[in-house]
Amino acid sequence: MTVVFWKELGDHFSSLRFMILMAIIVLLAVWAIYAAGQSIRQDTESVPAEFAFLSLLTSQSGGLFSLATFLSLLGPLVGIVLGFDAISGEYARGTLSRVLSQPIYRDSLINGKFLAGLATVAVLWASILLLVIGLGIILVGFPPNAEELWRILIFTVVGIVYVGFWLALALLFSLLFQRTVTAALGSLALWLFLTIFAPVIAQVAAGLIIPDPTTPEAIVRQLDIANMINRISPSALYGETVQILLNPLARGFGAALPEQTQGILLTPLALGQSLLLILPQFTTLIGLGAVCFGISYIKFMRTEIRA
Amino acid sequence: MSAVIETRSLTKRYRDLVAVNGLNLSVQEGEIFGFLGPNGAGKTTTILMLLGLTEPAAGEVRVCGFDPTRQPLEVKKRVGYLPENPGFYDDLSGRDNLLYIARLNRIPESEANRKIDELLEQVGLANDCRRNVKEYSRGMKQRLGIAEVLVKQPQALILDEPTLGLDPDGAARILDLITGLGRERSLTVLLSSHFLHQVQQMCHRVGIIVKGKMIAQGEVDELGTAVFGERQWNFLLEVAGAPNGVENDLRALPGVASIEQRGRGWFLRCTQDVRPQVVSLVARRGLSLLQLRSEDTTLEEIYLKYFREA
Repeated sequence: MTVVFWKELGDHFSSLRFMILMAIIVLLAVWAIYAAGQSIRQDTESVPAEFAFLSLLTSQSGGLFSLATFLSLLGPLVGIVLGFDAISGEYARGTLSRVLSQPIYRDSLINGKFLAGLATVAVLWASILLLVIGLGIILVGFPPNAEELWRILIFTVVGIVYVGFWLALALLFSLLFQRTVTAALGSLALWLFLTIFAPVIAQVAAGLIIPDPTTPEAIVRQLDIANMINRISPSALYGETVQILLNPLARGFGAALPEQTQGILLTPLALGQSLLLILPQFTTLIGLGAVCFGISYIKFMRTEIRA
Repeated sequence: MSAVIETRSLTKRYRDLVAVNGLNLSVQEGEIFGFLGPNGAGKTTTILMLLGLTEPAAGEVRVCGFDPTRQPLEVKKRVGYLPENPGFYDDLSGRDNLLYIARLNRIPESEANRKIDELLEQVGLANDCRRNVKEYSRGMKQRLGIAEVLVKQPQALILDEPTLGLDPDGAARILDLITGLGRERSLTVLLSSHFLHQVQQMCHRVGIIVKGKMIAQGEVDELGTAVFGERQWNFLLEVAGAPNGVENDLRALPGVASIEQRGRGWFLRCTQDVRPQVVSLVARRGLSLLQLRSEDTTLEEIYLKYFREA
């Protein structure tokens, strides 16, 4: 497996598409951070002093999107780009039957490929976040505090897991469809569906379940139902996780009634409390990735390999 | 002598299609075995089952003493497989492609380097081994494939159409290479090919598979006898002079089964050796003999005969 791992890793890092991805992401990240940094410098009142650094990542002012949004949009793309031709590409080149007639277990090929993809993502994400921290220190003028660092670190890990899910999905598609283009389009279509259409469908479905809400309670319930349905989409899970993680003031998901918020102290949540909030989302993300990989694993072990 | 590759009533079904039907095959140690059959006869499927790349529906397989379904790694350690149209990693050099295979076989780096250089020399790619495979011609890729299957120092080779899509010269070179290497390393070779002429020259035995069934297996001579009922004697006769009416005289000779015009002479199919009678007939008629050549039953004839019957 290590042989496959190192070869795939080498392939990823020397491939043109990785360079292009890296360039796009680095440019966007620098731009987003720069814009956010500028707006924070102009308007120091609007951000809570103890979390100035985190708001660099989430602030939307100036640029089009915040860095966190950029990463959540580009993450799936990275996973798909790294994974869509993992198996179908080997088929197309006719290398699969040659490699599998070597004395290696079949699973070492698929494991090696997946881990190499994941390692590539980890390197990419880690280097971007390091870049961001460095740039942020220059822009804001002071380093992040320990809690912020922890939150950024966990944000990175969650990001890698999220991209890992899309990598596993792309791997599965590359196995199901023997043609590379079909595999790529299939995973892209699913991505578009889950990020763009799933929220709309969730809204519509919630509207059908509770039509015409009149009381505040009904409105909140409708919103909760929509959120719940939306959570079948990993993008939604990731979005919620990041929202809690990077904003210590956030208390929960969705809307709350005035009675529920009564008496709440507007102090930031401790790291442990924020983590507790996102635990279900995070574990579901891991679970989804594992399911995708598991299906590909079983499928791959049983297929006939024809050149 | 023991069988390196052996199958007993091997069967493979795809839904309602029977791809391989009760196939019995045995290839002895050190033998070059030609595996022949039309496209879609089940050759590749059989080969995949020999390597454990697909599971048989019924029957038994033994390769180098192991069952490829149960112990695929033991088989893959000992058998080099060159698929039809082998693909390589285009953006790696030929040498790096071989190195990857060597690593997958857990050959220590220094030994692998030495071996790969030696093999590249043997297949005539030593000068091109650092170029990317995407610049290789089809023939070069096939030769790289031959080098690749030898990296692991196999006991047996399974080659699926190693000459497919090559020009006659390229095909002859590949087959020469296989024969030479096979003899040098006393390898057992199972090869499928459509180049019947070469197969006849290089293979010790052949097997013919049609619609998933092995319909004949043995040495080419044996097969000829089996096909045509008895041993065939074929001659090509060419004479100079005025050969009017000779044809009828030839046909009247005992033992001549059929006669047909071929070029400026005749092709005689006989049931016994009629050369003395032919020579004396030619002398009696005052003609001069240009040539009288004995032609063995060609594999092509056997092959075609089987196909038409099947």
